[in-house]
Amino acid sequence: MCLAIPAKIESLEGEKATIDLAGARATAMTSLTPQAKIGDWVLVHAGYAITILNEKDARETFAIFREMEGLTK
Amino acid sequence: MNHLAEIRKDIDSYWKRLSSGGKSVVQLMEICGTHTVAISRGGLRSLLPEGLRLVSGPGCPVCVTEQSYMDAAVHLSGISDVIIATYGDMVRVPGSSGSLEQARCDGANVEIVYAAHNAVELARNRPDKQVVFLAIGFETTAPATALAIRQARDEGVTNFSALTAHKLVTPAMRVLLSQTDVRIDGFLCPGHVSVITGWREYKPIAEQFDKPCVVAGFDDEQILAGISEILRQLADDAPSACSVYPAVSADGNPQAKQVIKETFDVTDARWRALGVIPSSGLVLKGEFTNFDTARRFDLPEFETVEPPGCRCGDVICGRCLPTDCPMFGGQCTPREPVGPCMVSSEGSCAAYYKYGTKR
Repeated sequence: MCLAIPAKIESLEGEKATIDLAGARATAMTSLTPQAKIGDWVLVHAGYAITILNEKDARETFAIFREMEGLTK
Repeated sequence: MNHLAEIRKDIDSYWKRLSSGGKSVVQLMEICGTHTVAISRGGLRSLLPEGLRLVSGPGCPVCVTEQSYMDAAVHLSGISDVIIATYGDMVRVPGSSGSLEQARCDGANVEIVYAAHNAVELARNRPDKQVVFLAIGFETTAPATALAIRQARDEGVTNFSALTAHKLVTPAMRVLLSQTDVRIDGFLCPGHVSVITGWREYKPIAEQFDKPCVVAGFDDEQILAGISEILRQLADDAPSACSVYPAVSADGNPQAKQVIKETFDVTDARWRALGVIPSSGLVLKGEFTNFDTARRFDLPEFETVEPPGCRCGDVICGRCLPTDCPMFGGQCTPREPVGPCMVSSEGSCAAYYKYGTKR
């Protein structure tokens, strides 16, 4: 239940972000990360971005990123 | 040498130091359902030295939720104008009179939501119904509930309420450390709870009990890096709190902590198997009680009756492994679960069953 998934913010309307979630488009609220902006990587849990990720850390960190990179190579 | 090989080399070297100091058994507890699953999925136990044991703690929110809560949810689902909105994990958990899934088969209105604010939207779209949101989970999930309740209040969505049973992780860690029949040499602390709380939350525990408390991420390398750091601290006899997960800061997410503080009061809470733990739960503050399901509906008292023979309680306290339960894999399987640890996708029993974990 505490699963949180990294995603990239594609567009932002108020606190409502359209995110790229491993290739799928979804929405997440940025109420808990008010400093988030378009292009940021965030960690999304239960519909809310709970932290902003450093892209370098995120790419090194998450297996899902490596799988995505594998798909695009 | 790749990173994983380096971490394993470190683990072996710390283990040798611990062994030469006379320690032949070290037992670490993870308190995060996602770690439980990742450890089993990655077969990480097989990469660790013999004598280094990993046990699961009360890290699966569904598993620590009392059966009486499920009974209340199933009872509410039987009221004709109620829609139950819930995260998917809760649907198949058996209560004493069946699960929400069974209630749905009998005509109850049970909707799975992926975000708390979706439950508010559901209520807005169905003004003829009462939408009851099952608000369980740890610090990670509580801010979403808090924001949903505030949204319902601000938008005047009065047919929305939450049946709250949010819990806090560190009070349970303290109770576990005071149990004399469970050995815990260090904690692998939850990654996403800690994104909210920050790793400094564990510092008082590390200092008071002399136990390493290390936050780890979720891929194989990060979990092994967390284990390696715990072993280093044990070998150096320098237990402390820290994080090896880059997403976690010392003080966590200030907005999330603030919204929890402004929406909930800390209260005593009843945990499955652990009983009532002082100051371990969250209850809505007075100004939000209109959105408290327990106040809106006249709920009967439900007694907690554990399924006979089920050892979920012992599993989530680290007293036994899932495979020690006589029902494991026979009477109790993911298809026909007896206890919550076999139902939840983050439950230890489900993880052991799915990945065939031997030790």
